[in-house]
Amino acid sequence: MVFSRLFRRKSEPDVLLEQGLEKTRRGVFSEITRLFDRNALDDDLYEDLEMLLIQADVGWDVSQKLVAELRATVDRERIKDPADAREVLRQEMIELLELATRNRTVKILQRGVPFVIMVVGVNGVGKTTTIAKLAAYHQRFGRSVMLAAGDTFRAAAIDQLKVWGERRQVPVIAGPQNGDPGAVVFDAMAAAHARNVDVLIVDTAGRLHTKHNLMAELEKLRKIMVRHVETAPQEVLLVIDATTGQNGLVQAKEFAKSVTITDIMIAKLDGTAKGGIAFSVAKELGTPISYVGTGEKATDLAEFRPETYVDALFFGTGDGL
Amino acid sequence: MFESLSDRLTETLGRLGRKGRLTEDDVKEAMREVRRALLEADVNFKVTKDFVAAVQERAIGQDVLRSLTPAQTAIGIVHDELIAVLGAEREPLRIPERPPQIVMMVGLQGSGKTTHTGKLALHLRKENRNPLMVAADVYRPAAVNQLQALGKQVNIPVYDEGTTANPVDIATNAVRFARERGFNPIIVDTAGRLQIDERLMQELVDIRDKIKPTEILLVADAMTGQEAVGVAQAFNDRLGVTGLILTKMDGDARGGAALSIRAVTGVPIKFIGTGEKLDALEPFYPERLASRILGMGDILSLVERAQEQTDEGEAERLQDKMFKGQFDLEDFLAQLQKIKKMGPLTELLGMIPGLGAQLRQAKAEINDDDYKRIEAIIRSMTPKERRRPDIIQFSRRKRIARGSGTDAQEVGQLLTQFKEMQKMMGQFGAMAKKGKLPDLDGLEFGAPGMPQLPGHLNAPNRPARRPNPKKAKRRR
Repeated sequence: MVFSRLFRRKSEPDVLLEQGLEKTRRGVFSEITRLFDRNALDDDLYEDLEMLLIQADVGWDVSQKLVAELRATVDRERIKDPADAREVLRQEMIELLELATRNRTVKILQRGVPFVIMVVGVNGVGKTTTIAKLAAYHQRFGRSVMLAAGDTFRAAAIDQLKVWGERRQVPVIAGPQNGDPGAVVFDAMAAAHARNVDVLIVDTAGRLHTKHNLMAELEKLRKIMVRHVETAPQEVLLVIDATTGQNGLVQAKEFAKSVTITDIMIAKLDGTAKGGIAFSVAKELGTPISYVGTGEKATDLAEFRPETYVDALFFGTGDGL
Repeated sequence: MFESLSDRLTETLGRLGRKGRLTEDDVKEAMREVRRALLEADVNFKVTKDFVAAVQERAIGQDVLRSLTPAQTAIGIVHDELIAVLGAEREPLRIPERPPQIVMMVGLQGSGKTTHTGKLALHLRKENRNPLMVAADVYRPAAVNQLQALGKQVNIPVYDEGTTANPVDIATNAVRFARERGFNPIIVDTAGRLQIDERLMQELVDIRDKIKPTEILLVADAMTGQEAVGVAQAFNDRLGVTGLILTKMDGDARGGAALSIRAVTGVPIKFIGTGEKLDALEPFYPERLASRILGMGDILSLVERAQEQTDEGEAERLQDKMFKGQFDLEDFLAQLQKIKKMGPLTELLGMIPGLGAQLRQAKAEINDDDYKRIEAIIRSMTPKERRRPDIIQFSRRKRIARGSGTDAQEVGQLLTQFKEMQKMMGQFGAMAKKGKLPDLDGLEFGAPGMPQLPGHLNAPNRPARRPNPKKAKRRR
């Protein structure tokens, strides 16, 4: 858990996740549970399972691996009951996602030193909405929050952040449209210091990971932050849209090349997407997945938990598993 | 990135070819590779299944078994079938029987509706139309401001009623307003919504029933995974979508979602979005997407990236200079910077069709750090030296080497190569004058403004290589 060792949480995030994923659960993924209602563990079942995993954007490689492992375990332990095999699969999937939680580090908020979060991602993944959610999240712990409008490129991105700032009643540091995001970050760092802000959340323009000059800009922003606070940005959050297919992994890899990603958020899990990309990301990168986004409201943010994720999206809950 | 399908097929079928005869099982083995490649490109699972079945039938039925180049034949069949599904003909926007033409933009959150409303309006104005954009997204903070800002950028009016009005009323009033003022077409930007959000989907139906649009365009992100089909089907079932805009195609997503949507809904792809700038909207070419899904290299993207970095006047001036043999090290440095902005060299080379296999061998040799060394050397020269490299003799050479952290020999190599390049350019120019050269702009794959790089520093005298246009054409 990101802050739990140092700060007590006031709400129980799992409840939010479950509510947000309510709609999703009714989709393809109770089908996995139903799949194992069959009598025999035969080739058809494994084939159908692979299909369901791929349909959830788990990806070809990882799906193959999950199914092969399941088969091996079933053979080795002479499992006959499909319900037992289902539990094996469930554990396998949870373990895979735990690759994305075991590298979590405890982040420390120091009095008088702003905790800087830089939010990055490709266009349209929901960075600005995520920022509103993060602001609400930290406000719940009684921390003072400030936002920096680092997306000076997209039309009205600054206005959008200001609207959220007003709603959350937090100050927003902004420069002119098409201005230098570096200047905005510089001002915001100074302001955060001067006003003794606990958490500064920096918005950045959406950028496709193939645009090398834009990717290089992220490093420049980081350097500006470092000039004020040596450890900043303490959090670099990559937002990935749950609807994204296999390109999500490419995104994560490419962003990681330009700037050290400390946390990943899987956004838009309130739709029908299963967020299967989390498995590839966990397996290939091991970068901590820390949050999930489950709606358009500022409170629709939950901490990422492998077990909840797997149960809510793939198995449904309360079915005796 | 994934290995490309064309490489894999070459490997599977090529290996088998040498064995002597291909059997049906060999082809089936190859089809597994096709299946995998499509799934990795995010083509929907069911669509992939049907597609592979069709390809397999054709492959076994005729061409591949008897072919001397089974891999090439198989790739050809896959490519053809992809185009068949994507739609061989490009479908333009519908023209209404009675004006005005009304276009409604719909889609999920973050797919790019507002940006593409602006792009489409600009596109239509270039056809001498008089478009009006309508801000009917009252939910997302500042969506109305965003459309207004885009309108201001391209000087196209935006109709809005703030964020307190009802989107159905806004759309209806906007159409009346447009009729009174003679605006045509009308492009209505709607809020992003989940296809399972009953209330918001009903809102779209209400807007549609009120304004009776000529065209309902679904805006979809090229990076979308398996859910693309479900989303498109839901929008199509409720609204009757007439076309698709595939956005963010300037990234490296394979765009399999487009294939799925087209195959399942039959909705034609009308445009693709290729960048954040408002003129980055292009008509859809099935051929290009087919090549991309197959990972067969993308020479056109390369050209696009080159164009992004070059303006025409500048390119002409440079060409002139090159042909006159006046191209100096300053120009060279400037060109180097531009190439750098286009991306790492290995990635650029990967876009050249047919170069995939060779590239893997060459990769060890090609090094982006070579750029840095060349840059450092040139930057250590005085402006005079850059303009007239001839004056660089022994002591200057030593100074430059010291300044750039290289040695005098490396500096010498660069100068020798540069001189050769200059000579070649001069000859090129002379030939062009005599009319021996084809018109460069007319070359199908000519990349404007792409300078020739001397080979890297450790291989003096190696002539600069240019992508062979014949190779590029082979993919057809």
